[in-house]
Amino acid sequence: MYKYNDFDTAFLAERNAQFRAQVERRIDGSLTEDEFKPLRLMNGLYLQLHAYMLRVAIPYGTLNSDQMRTLALLAEKWDKGYGHFTTRQNIQYNWPKLRDVPDMLDALAEVGLHAIQTSGNTIRNVTSDHFAAAAKDELTDPRPYAELIRQWSTDHPEFQFLGRKFKIAITGSSNDRAVTRAHDIGLRMVERDGVAGFEVIVGGGLGRTPLIGKVIRDYLPQADLLPYLESVLAVYNLLGRRDNKYKARIKITVLENGIDTIREMVEERFEERRKTFDGTDQVLLEEIKAHFTPPKLRGGNLETYLAAYDADPVFRSWADTNLAEHRDDNHAIVTISIKAHGQTPGDATAAQMRAMADLAERFGYNELRISHEQNVILPHVHKSDLPALHAALKDHGLATANVGLISDIIACPGMDYCALATARSIPVAQEIATRFEELKLEHEVGHLQIKISGCINACGHHHVGHIGILGLDRAGVENYQITLGGDATETAAIGTRTGPGFAYDEIVPAVERLITAYLSLRDSAEETFLQTYRRVGMDPFKAALYPEAQKKVA
Amino acid sequence: MPRPFTPKIITANDLLEGDVIYFTDTNGWSRELKEAELIEDEAEAQLRLLEAEKDAQHVVGIYLTDAKAGADGPEPTHFREDFRRTGPSNYRHGKQEAAANV
Ligand code: HEM
Ligand code: SF4
Repeated sequence: MYKYNDFDTAFLAERNAQFRAQVERRIDGSLTEDEFKPLRLMNGLYLQLHAYMLRVAIPYGTLNSDQMRTLALLAEKWDKGYGHFTTRQNIQYNWPKLRDVPDMLDALAEVGLHAIQTSGNTIRNVTSDHFAAAAKDELTDPRPYAELIRQWSTDHPEFQFLGRKFKIAITGSSNDRAVTRAHDIGLRMVERDGVAGFEVIVGGGLGRTPLIGKVIRDYLPQADLLPYLESVLAVYNLLGRRDNKYKARIKITVLENGIDTIREMVEERFEERRKTFDGTDQVLLEEIKAHFTPPKLRGGNLETYLAAYDADPVFRSWADTNLAEHRDDNHAIVTISIKAHGQTPGDATAAQMRAMADLAERFGYNELRISHEQNVILPHVHKSDLPALHAALKDHGLATANVGLISDIIACPGMDYCALATARSIPVAQEIATRFEELKLEHEVGHLQIKISGCINACGHHHVGHIGILGLDRAGVENYQITLGGDATETAAIGTRTGPGFAYDEIVPAVERLITAYLSLRDSAEETFLQTYRRVGMDPFKAALYPEAQKKVA
Repeated sequence: MPRPFTPKIITANDLLEGDVIYFTDTNGWSRELKEAELIEDEAEAQLRLLEAEKDAQHVVGIYLTDAKAGADGPEPTHFREDFRRTGPSNYRHGKQEAAANV
């Protein structure tokens, strides 16, 4: 993976020293909060409901064991013993003290991690497929491009004060695990005449106005990536609305001006910008690529794996749910669920982080990933190691066999931590998971994504959940709106609202009614919730959700 | 028609710790909502806010918010302030942790 060169290391050291001085000056009174706030936000430090929150970027979701151990160290030394992995491949610490943050940033810098551009109206952490370089369906590893974009966008003078935050996601596979259609720019590797390039998608996004991105270029040669991105951003910087924060995202620019106009303007600028690139970026890309050579996968037979699979139903259930196909048949991609029933989605303790770091070293070629689904992935594990890995995971409460199932819920921090929230999300997720555990229905229900946000900003991706839940404040009480039919993959779709929302103590029973309806409506155990919804439409689910309203009509 | 004034308290976050604090009638700050000053008059509320803001070097995000009189001092009227008073629901962290350690 990418290793910092001397320039990167010096850059981070200088940046941290600068911030340390700024914190000092805030504390001794030479800076007011108005002066300090933009500076702390530039370094990922927010003020939340109960405390500060530090957001650390995990570039394209990739980590090695040392980095994971440093994340554990931060949790233990300067926080309350845990961290929260988010949908944007970041980790958030909920309880740091202002004075400690410079030390936290220095500890991160030692392993090449930082919190730069994890906030503010800049290009945020570039996210990517968490199965990159391991997935069977992959054309090319997208991470060298993500790293190139990171280096280009970090402190890029033209893009530090955009109209709004800007999010780029990139995938190298035909199956989209990076939600590219819900980003300001989505990049998807495609092949033309045997040569890989990018399909470029713009103007997607969730939040207050959820929109699916539109294709602005169906094929962009790899070498043109940066000049093209610069052109899109330049057009956005020019046309993007600054009069109204809610209309400032590029999705509104695309909506208001039309994709054709935007495309023309981008192409025009692209002609000019391309000339200003002298090829240095391609040299850099080649250097970056050298850091992403795949591990030398070992050989060996699968006997222990097959024996355990036959003999141990617990292992089998975990293997069936939490493994994905690796490009090498003897290896598997392991998703470690950090969604044990009743736990906070995305939270891992320092001990769990260390355990995962150790296991990655022992069994996973020293590589870990964080998914936008708030789980941790060991991308390369030889199948013969799976029984031992599974046993070790069990010891740390990390062997829950629920990946892709009803309790594998994405939930934002909501009103339990977030200053912008209108309702809680975490306890709703915890109760749904616990309820379906009690009912023992989880595996019977099969693939189902529930996503919950505590306000319209949609950090929990509720718009693209098969079942989306949005927490609102209705006259001083928590109220939850349900959407159905959202989809975060290559067939991306925004969910449709079912009708009036539900009170806090009604939301879990409402979800239960949806699931019961699905079980009676599906034409076979193979038909997923989303497929059933697409076949039968909203009405039968509405009838299940609002039985009283149906009675009145009848 | 202007809305009738409802009683208020002044709240903020501590600069160093980030935790929730409340303005008291002796111009200090308390970690306990029940020790906050409950302000019953609209004009007085604005004056008290100005007084609290003098401390902007040590506290962050000062604002007025609704509260009501309770048997043991002011109580929140909205769930947001209720959570700020106690801490998150998933762990006994924040103020509820401090209370548990007493
Ligand atoms: C300090 C806590 C947070 C704050 C203040 C915050 C703020 C926001 C805001 C204001 C938006 C709407 C942006 C817009 O439409 O212009 C947003 C969107 C989003 N946030 Fe957060 N967020 C927070 C935490 C999180 C967490 C914990 C996650 C992941 C679990 C997350 C992931 C996202 C995502 C995926 C979106 C939607 C992306 C889009 O609209 O393009 N955020 N956030
Ligand atoms: S969706 Fe709202 S409540 Fe949830 S993290 Fe984002 S801003 Fe906070």
